[in-house]
Amino acid sequence: MSSTVEAPVRESVLSLTGINKRFGAVQALTDVSLEVGAGEVVALVGDNGAGKSTLVKVISGVYQPDEGSITFAGRQISVGGPSDAQSLGIATVFQDLALCDNLDVVANLFLGQEWRRGPFIDEVGMEKEAWRLLRTLSAKIPSVRIPIAGLSGGQRQTVAIARSLVGNPKVVMLDEPTAALGVAQTAEVLNLVERLREQGLGVILISHNMADVQAVSDRIVVLRLGRNAAEFVTSQTSTAELVAAITGASDNVVTARAQRKGEHQ
Amino acid sequence: MSDQVKSDVTASAIAADAADERLISSQGLAGAATAFVGRLRGGELGMIPVIVGLVVIAIVFQINEPTFLSSRNLVSITQFAAPVGVISLGIVLVLLLGEIDLSVGSVSGFAAASMAVLIDSRGWGLLPALVVGILVGTAVGLLYAFLYTKIGVPSFVFSLAGLLAFQGALLYVLGDKGTVVLPQDSALRSFAREKFLTDVQAYVLLVVVVAVYVGVSLLTIRRRREAGLTPPSLTAVLVKAGLLLVGLGYLTYYLGIDRGWSYLPVLFAALVVTMDLALRRTRWGRHVFAVGGNEEAARRSGINVRGIYVSVFALCSTFAALGGILIAGQLTSVSQSSGTTDTNLTAIAAAVIGGTSLFGGRGSAWAALLGILVLQSIQSGLNLMNVDSSVRFMVTGLVLLLAVAIDSVSRKARSSSGRG
Repeated sequence: MSSTVEAPVRESVLSLTGINKRFGAVQALTDVSLEVGAGEVVALVGDNGAGKSTLVKVISGVYQPDEGSITFAGRQISVGGPSDAQSLGIATVFQDLALCDNLDVVANLFLGQEWRRGPFIDEVGMEKEAWRLLRTLSAKIPSVRIPIAGLSGGQRQTVAIARSLVGNPKVVMLDEPTAALGVAQTAEVLNLVERLREQGLGVILISHNMADVQAVSDRIVVLRLGRNAAEFVTSQTSTAELVAAITGASDNVVTARAQRKGEHQ
Repeated sequence: MSDQVKSDVTASAIAADAADERLISSQGLAGAATAFVGRLRGGELGMIPVIVGLVVIAIVFQINEPTFLSSRNLVSITQFAAPVGVISLGIVLVLLLGEIDLSVGSVSGFAAASMAVLIDSRGWGLLPALVVGILVGTAVGLLYAFLYTKIGVPSFVFSLAGLLAFQGALLYVLGDKGTVVLPQDSALRSFAREKFLTDVQAYVLLVVVVAVYVGVSLLTIRRRREAGLTPPSLTAVLVKAGLLLVGLGYLTYYLGIDRGWSYLPVLFAALVVTMDLALRRTRWGRHVFAVGGNEEAARRSGINVRGIYVSVFALCSTFAALGGILIAGQLTSVSQSSGTTDTNLTAIAAAVIGGTSLFGGRGSAWAALLGILVLQSIQSGLNLMNVDSSVRFMVTGLVLLLAVAIDSVSRKARSSSGRG
């Protein structure tokens, strides 16, 4: 196995231990653990089917884990549903964005946590805040009053990320945030991730893009076939090591034999 | 036409929502008109096809039957459109979720029969019987919600079952009598048949409605300006208010030549306005649209999706019960055929003709009002021309088809112009 590193000493915001999740005959997650500190960007990488998205959904309350414990801000918690996660301060940007095509940008940004004035929705206040949020992301969205269906993929991604910031979360999870983005928008998202870190938020970044992962993350956790495969400190890791850990290239008879020989000498 | 935002204006002077350089900013009345034409081109037809349809219907029938646009006939159209319109309002809600309720007719008949039998055989007063009748509807809706959310029966299936079952329940409740006549002095009867707004009441109501519209618009303009956002054009607001005042004023005068506004359409309009407000301006309404648009996204946003389904099914059946009771008042009796003939399809067709999408997430409470006006006008016109009801069914079918076709075409225009 590749080198496992001790997590740097930081105040841990979110920590998961021994997470198991089964879907029928499929063991999607086996004894997975993950720790995120305040002001830390943890990248979660792995091949397709490694269990990244399942883990994200467990943390965001969409799925309940079969076993394992989740500690948030020093307190053992159970995330009973997406609204639980929201009220705790865990925000998620899902891979499929989870936006409502028929609603406009403002409605999507505040969906499930609309501001109110008396019995009615505070459209003006929400629109003002929407522009503020979008401006902090340097978002290129011409109007916040057009339905999401009329936006490009990158603009939708921006809306989804802006939505995660509504309601001051402590941990933000980004599932493949740069997958649909152009060069400039990708850089914007990476800037945003760094801005989140500067604000002392814990960030979990899921990505297939090694360049992105190595550019912004502090630590990289590798999942393979639903298990913790390896953990790296980004600054001390090469792309080759990462790829080997993700694909399991080092986990075969030949390398095992080479390793054994090395130990004998 | 529209004034482009000048690039040399300092950034702070530009409202937050008008800052993007690609945005074609429209200001004033001309701007509002341009934006309106742009929306039409983009397939955002809104209420336009229905209103055009109403005008065409009026012209065609007026040519064939000069009494069609008489005050007397218009009063009767507004009066008879209202009860089915109330049922249609519930259908709009269900359609917004992308579901359907085929049983509203049967439920309306069953609820009305329950009320009538309590008054007639058990000697109950009108008010408790009326409350029980409406609660019968609510209970049916809650049962539907249970079937949908807990057991997972598709709405098409359980409402089809309900269509049959509640028709049976209607027959069972009526027993061997077959027809229950409401008492001569029943307040429900006079409410549905004989009560009309006096001229003074009608004009006062009209002025209040327009004043509230202007007041709310002015408040919005002020709040948006304070928040640094582009306010809507004051001129456009005043022009709309003027049109509203003149249009409704003339209609009130014209209906007043005969008996004026019946209580029924006023109640119906009040319900439509209330539902419109609830749908567009409350959290609940926003969540209804969200669930109809993308249920999974709504669930992940922490919306109580199950609660939305329960509330909508309950409301739909409650509106059906209320509509059935109003129909009973209008016809003075409940019979074995109450709510069975074409109530169902008229209510559903009205919602669709009014512009509510069958696929969820798109529509408005006004669809019920406009749709039922179209259908009631056609029915009334054909009745005046002494056309057989066979032709009426065929015409209604064609109109429904036309409405859905217009919806499909405008959906294509929307997707090609990026409006979803």
